[in-house]
Amino acid sequence: MSVLETAGGPAVSLAAAREAARNGTATALAERHYRLVAELDGESGLGINSFLALSRERALAQAARVDALLAKGEDAGPLAGVPVAVKDVFAMKGAPATAGSKILRGWMPPYDATAVAKLEAAGAVILGKLNCDEFAMGSSNENSAYGAVRNPRALDRVPGGSSGGSAAALAAGFAAATLGTDTGGSIRQPAAFCGVVGVLPTYGRVSRFGLIAFASSLDRVGPFTANVADAATLLGVLAGKDPLDATSADRPVDDYTAALAKPVDGFRIGVPEEYFGEGLDPEIRAAVESAIAGLQARGCEIVPISLPHNRYAIPTYYVLATAEASSNLSRFDGVRFGPRSQDANTLSAMFRKTREEGFGPEVKRRILLGTYALSAGYYDAYYRKAQQVRTLVARDFLDAFAKVDAIVGPMTPTPPFKLGEKVDDPVAMYLADIYSVAASLAGICGMSVPCGTTKDGLPIGVQIMARHFDESTMLRVGLAIETNVAEAQTK
Amino acid sequence: MSGVSLEEVRRVAELANLELTPEEEPRMQRDLNAILEHVAQLSELDTANVEPMAQVGDLLGTLSGEAGESLRADAMRPSIDRKAVMAVAPESDGRFFKVPKVIER
Repeated sequence: MSVLETAGGPAVSLAAAREAARNGTATALAERHYRLVAELDGESGLGINSFLALSRERALAQAARVDALLAKGEDAGPLAGVPVAVKDVFAMKGAPATAGSKILRGWMPPYDATAVAKLEAAGAVILGKLNCDEFAMGSSNENSAYGAVRNPRALDRVPGGSSGGSAAALAAGFAAATLGTDTGGSIRQPAAFCGVVGVLPTYGRVSRFGLIAFASSLDRVGPFTANVADAATLLGVLAGKDPLDATSADRPVDDYTAALAKPVDGFRIGVPEEYFGEGLDPEIRAAVESAIAGLQARGCEIVPISLPHNRYAIPTYYVLATAEASSNLSRFDGVRFGPRSQDANTLSAMFRKTREEGFGPEVKRRILLGTYALSAGYYDAYYRKAQQVRTLVARDFLDAFAKVDAIVGPMTPTPPFKLGEKVDDPVAMYLADIYSVAASLAGICGMSVPCGTTKDGLPIGVQIMARHFDESTMLRVGLAIETNVAEAQTK
Repeated sequence: MSGVSLEEVRRVAELANLELTPEEEPRMQRDLNAILEHVAQLSELDTANVEPMAQVGDLLGTLSGEAGESLRADAMRPSIDRKAVMAVAPESDGRFFKVPKVIER
């Protein structure tokens, strides 16, 4: 039986995974998931191509530790025996870290990212590393040097990007939770495309230590899960100050699971007119409007709002993110990590040839754009200008959150598009992030929750955004929508 | 805006330590111009009195003070073992990264 035919949707919940580990063993559960990946992920199966590397030895050692604790009746953590996987931008000992790029092929990081360490401390079994757009640059996962990823819900479609492998692996049931990163939409957009929950925590909420950086003022770490309650659990595991990441926030972490028990009546829900304009697919509009009506039925007050600078968010993002990337990616020069060009006999030729051979076209495009925007004569016109517009985009949210508790709108303008459809038009590809980028610039939290499917069965995601560090409110609204959608389906 | 010339593409590639192939150059020129055309709409906005935002902390007023009062203690702690780093480097003598010759003599 194909994983796609399993009843009730193929994504595995934490509860189901924990129970399977408890009733059998974490080791047997890990083996079962490895078999599933071996059967279905490759070209001889469904060709999803979500895994880039398996960390079998480490996973089975961790599963044995969990099994020993469980056998003694001890608490093995909130993720005891749960099979998970992480986007291939996290450092993890015992597995190569490529960031989807040839320039890091074969590099084995000698340390663990904090998010990886926290997952294991909570009892999770990390199966391996997941495919992504090269250096997290892309909206379709077609920019990976290791091949595109297919959307498990529609194999001729993209899973979204850049965390496409993370969304696809979760949606296919290969893991019960996955980690991704989101710089301009890279968790939320693939979550919407693959019909799973994806969370962008507030900037500073989750440590980025051990993450291969793309754009440091924007990059964030967050989970993909089968449902909203699982997202609350994962966020509780991941959140908190990390002495190894100076940008992580020293603020108390809410009990997100406890927060979910509270109702949503009395919440003021902002609906931004700019998110429902031209270019929005009518089926997505209808599904999102229905989700909003469901919140109203639960006692939320619906408040029309305006985010007037939203249309400038994409150009602002592409100047700032590429400028930061051009700086961050200068470290990849063949000296310290990954392969080095064998075709050079001076240092500067070695730098240039290693980068020419190692980077793919989208990464080169962004490095060039970022370098251009930062270069003498253009800095004020592009980089400083974009930083100023970032202030305006962010202030739109501060103004809105003076009036509302959460903002709800579509996650993507279209359902998942076909593989190859947008690869030749960078601007069209960038516009796939039109509803996700503004929250990235402002640093607020956001999430995508499945809210139905199109006539053709393609997943639709609704986006929920809330104030900085108010993930609790965001998750409560997400749960209300999820509950409404589930009730509507059983009617 | 007149657009980015092929010459500028080459100059920027040099600044970025990228060596583009002859086939890549015109494609990058086309793409950069398409993206910059999209970016040009930022000039519609009057931002004369708007503070630039480099970090989310700029917005929230939570950036650490100039005196560094929120910095961690300047104390010694273990770092990654050098041997482990050198073992995964492209070329190393075990203590240093080796690179091609920089100075001719």
